[in-house]
Amino acid sequence: MSGPSTYEPKTGFTRWLDSRLPVVRLGWDSFVDFPTPRNLNYWYTFGGILTVCLMIQIITGIVLAMHYVPHIDHAFASVQRIDRDVNYGWLIRSIHAVGASMFFLAVYMHIFRGLYYGSYKAPRELLWILGVVIYLLMMAAAFLGYVLPWGQMSYWGAMVITNLLGAFPLIGGPITEWLWGGFSVGNATLNRFFSLHYLIPFLIAGVVGLHVWALHVPGNNNPTGIDVKSNRDTLPFHPYYTSKDGFAIVLFMVIFAFFVFYWPDALGHSDNFIPADPLVTPALIVPEWYLLPFYAILRAVPDKLGGVLLMFGAIGVLFILPWLDTSKVRSMRYRPLARWFFGFFVLACLGLGWAGAALPDDPVPGLGAVGVDFLMMGRVLTVYYFAYFLVILPILGFVEKPASRPASIEESVLGNSSQSAPAAVPAE
Amino acid sequence: MRLIRTLFIAATGALAAVGLATAAGEYRTPEDYRFSFDGPFSSFDRGAVQRGFYVFNQVCAACHSLEHLSIRHLGQPGGPFHDPEYPNPNDNPVVRAIAAEYIVEDGPDDYGDMFERPGRPADGFPQPYANEAQGRAANNGAYPPDLSIITRARHYGAPYIRSLMMGYGEEPPEGVTVGEGLYYNPYFPGGLIAMPPQLQDGLLTYNDGTEATVEQMATDVTEFLAWASDPHMEQRKQLGLMVLAYLVILCGLLFFTYRQVWSKVKH
Repeated sequence: MSGPSTYEPKTGFTRWLDSRLPVVRLGWDSFVDFPTPRNLNYWYTFGGILTVCLMIQIITGIVLAMHYVPHIDHAFASVQRIDRDVNYGWLIRSIHAVGASMFFLAVYMHIFRGLYYGSYKAPRELLWILGVVIYLLMMAAAFLGYVLPWGQMSYWGAMVITNLLGAFPLIGGPITEWLWGGFSVGNATLNRFFSLHYLIPFLIAGVVGLHVWALHVPGNNNPTGIDVKSNRDTLPFHPYYTSKDGFAIVLFMVIFAFFVFYWPDALGHSDNFIPADPLVTPALIVPEWYLLPFYAILRAVPDKLGGVLLMFGAIGVLFILPWLDTSKVRSMRYRPLARWFFGFFVLACLGLGWAGAALPDDPVPGLGAVGVDFLMMGRVLTVYYFAYFLVILPILGFVEKPASRPASIEESVLGNSSQSAPAAVPAE
Repeated sequence: MRLIRTLFIAATGALAAVGLATAAGEYRTPEDYRFSFDGPFSSFDRGAVQRGFYVFNQVCAACHSLEHLSIRHLGQPGGPFHDPEYPNPNDNPVVRAIAAEYIVEDGPDDYGDMFERPGRPADGFPQPYANEAQGRAANNGAYPPDLSIITRARHYGAPYIRSLMMGYGEEPPEGVTVGEGLYYNPYFPGGLIAMPPQLQDGLLTYNDGTEATVEQMATDVTEFLAWASDPHMEQRKQLGLMVLAYLVILCGLLFFTYRQVWSKVKH
């Protein structure tokens, strides 16, 4: 979609620069003049929101790293010192901790939006795959970061997750010890987790660059899923989407700030304010909320190796999704059956999160009378999770009769009487 | 409308995430109590935190540490003995007097010897035991937990601490055998706690004339521990109000900017 550049350097300096290093041209073509479908809704603002989330995490994280001590004897106390004695340390740490949850909240919106509007389909397969890579890196960063305060959940979470790799035959044991840097989760583990936690956000930033690049070649998908056909379908990114994204970002910041200032502990676990103790196991070891669905999938399988494979498979299946969905229609707006299955899929993910937080043997409220416990619920929903990708989407493409679609984005916006639509004019 | 629908779905997702917190182990839900610091605009009850510090010092400190606090924290903004006349809490005479009542070990001096001296505001609160083993030996094998962040480290927070302190004296239900050195307290996970009942009516005399009932002391000490766990709460809420007001206004301005920018195009 990126056509010929419309950037014209106006001053002597910008002309000089443009013939040597055309960064201003790059920025102009990517974020000012970039032709963007005129019908993007608020679900499309989460990309911008996520960029802001990443910057917030990196900036607060760099400051926290100046005060944090990655040593098992000092880590917990250093976090307390940040909360109590470092100037505005309580604020910076709260933003970083709440920020992780907000980052995942936004990324889930972003992913579900991509699933619903078929943004993973050709020609955006690589764009989607890069997104899944970012998501994987985010989960790694979040897990590593959660270990750093060295509370009870940090320690036992690290123990559970690293032990999972021990499930692999032959190589499992050596890999686990290599990760630990010893024979148990200890000081060496904490040190390397800190190092990697600092590294990964910059990897994410790099892949985000590729993600945006891959976005700017085919251009944005849009709620109709129909390709851009003429410049009447698009608007320049600035000021139309800078203003819309700007509004959405600040609205998101309101929710963010509410948690930071008025409910900072809501998204964490109280056990993480107890220093790590290898001799005392918490009553219930649970990951942070954003990883709970995968925890439920892990526990749904009675065999440890099977559970680990299935858990990784739950992410792995996303990589091949572009080739699993056989429908020629991108947007589920015009897929009467698929949108129902998608709705159930969202519910299944939420239900898996619920099952991941609960004790497996506890009865499900409302369903306990018929003997459904959380383990059973987790298993059923796990089956649906995989069936959605591996059975439903491949088959639907052949059996589903899509609803009639508008001929163009312009027509979807203006109805059929689109003859006299004015071309986009920059706002005054 | 699309915005409202988007927001609604986003909010549902967030709430679902929050609602996932669960608890394990058999215990009674703490009695609901409205502390002075509940709610978005509230602050600590200065008198209650001061009384609570008195209870902590007289009762809890015999076995429980306050590892992550220094004595000077008592005189910080938001602290129980903060005095605006002394922006540096190390100069605060009340805090200095409290510190001077402790004997702390310092050193080594020029001859390499450790020595004892009266406490200063910059010192930490003295630890009741030299190490965990000593603490366990003195308490029948149970280690009294550090109380620096106790209200944030327990699932139900402040109401749990208050109920726990008031929760002694009930007959254990049938089938529950209370072993030696254990006490029945229905609010404690599992019901059997190694801490003996600590509070009784009239145990202490408050110098502000408040009657020292068990409930009063439990409430006060919880208020103190809530402050100790979250000493910047008041600053957090005040700053939060300004930040939210700023963001909401900015959000409104950006919304109208957005509408204005888009007013000439159909979308």
